[in-house]
Amino acid sequence: MGDNEDILQQAADWRAAGKGVALATVVSTWGSSPRPVGSKLALEQSGGFIGSVSGGCVEGAVIEEGLKSIADGQPRLLSFGVSNDRAWEVGLACGGKIQVFVERVE
Amino acid sequence: MKLPLLEKALAASRSGRAAVLLTHLQSGHQSFIEGSETIGDLTLDAATLEAIRKAVTDDRNMTVETAQGPVFIEVFNPRLRCIIVGAVHIAQPLARMAALTGYLVTVVDPRTAFASDERFPDVTLSTDWPDEALEKLKPNRRTAIVTLTHDPKLDDPALAAALRSDAFYIGALGSKKTHAARLKRLTGLGFGEAELARVRGPVGLDIGAVSPAEIAVAIMAQITQVLRAEPQSDREAA
Repeated sequence: MGDNEDILQQAADWRAAGKGVALATVVSTWGSSPRPVGSKLALEQSGGFIGSVSGGCVEGAVIEEGLKSIADGQPRLLSFGVSNDRAWEVGLACGGKIQVFVERVE
Repeated sequence: MKLPLLEKALAASRSGRAAVLLTHLQSGHQSFIEGSETIGDLTLDAATLEAIRKAVTDDRNMTVETAQGPVFIEVFNPRLRCIIVGAVHIAQPLARMAALTGYLVTVVDPRTAFASDERFPDVTLSTDWPDEALEKLKPNRRTAIVTLTHDPKLDDPALAAALRSDAFYIGALGSKKTHAARLKRLTGLGFGEAELARVRGPVGLDIGAVSPAEIAVAIMAQITQVLRAEPQSDREAA
């Protein structure tokens, strides 16, 4: 996909420039979800990012976890969903559920 | 993810080679498969290899449960390409829309007055005769081909070459009458009914498009529909 190519290239460029970089990838979806499995977001240590893993609903949380991965080198598997009584938490307004894998680019 | 692996994935998606990246979602360990070569940390059992084959065939990323835990299979398929035959007015918005949609675009027209850099800035142009151009471009199952010239001298050799390829989409501009005449000529070249059914004409979804840009929208929408909404197996059966 052209999109992911640009995102991977940006991740490689940031890494080449000596920045800490993490990649987030949608690895599972249930129900309606804004971005398909395989969608990616790359971020660098100061919070700059490219791409998306949702329609914007969970990017903030994913970037936060990505920064942690950059710091400690540990991959993370994140789950996001929404239920009516917890709709104010980070979640997907569309009612779907997604799993996002976050990893540091070594 | 290790940087060399990322660069391999990037190179594969650029070059048009099919490749697969596997990620163990608990440990983060990864393997990369390209052709007969596998590099990386994962041990792959028969069930996982079967799932990988299916993911590649369906062009679908997926997470599978294995004896060692969940593994994410990411498929790198050759880039989508769009070959537009006829550097006509409609080709101008269509080339831009196809590029926006993620396609590598080539516009083919031996008439250099049409296929000029002024008319198509930032677009790859070929001024070869369409059948020669297609022979060089080698359309595959990730390629859409659209003929727009209205001129049988240019459209027919392009369509004949397209029909001999695995292109997932073949569309030809022209009214119902023009299309019927075209199919008759292609039948004369030896193509059967089932083969000719691959040619979509009049091209594009029927949304009442009038202007060149609107017609480009109708064509791009139809290409997307064939790519995403019609399963591969149906296409193969057709």
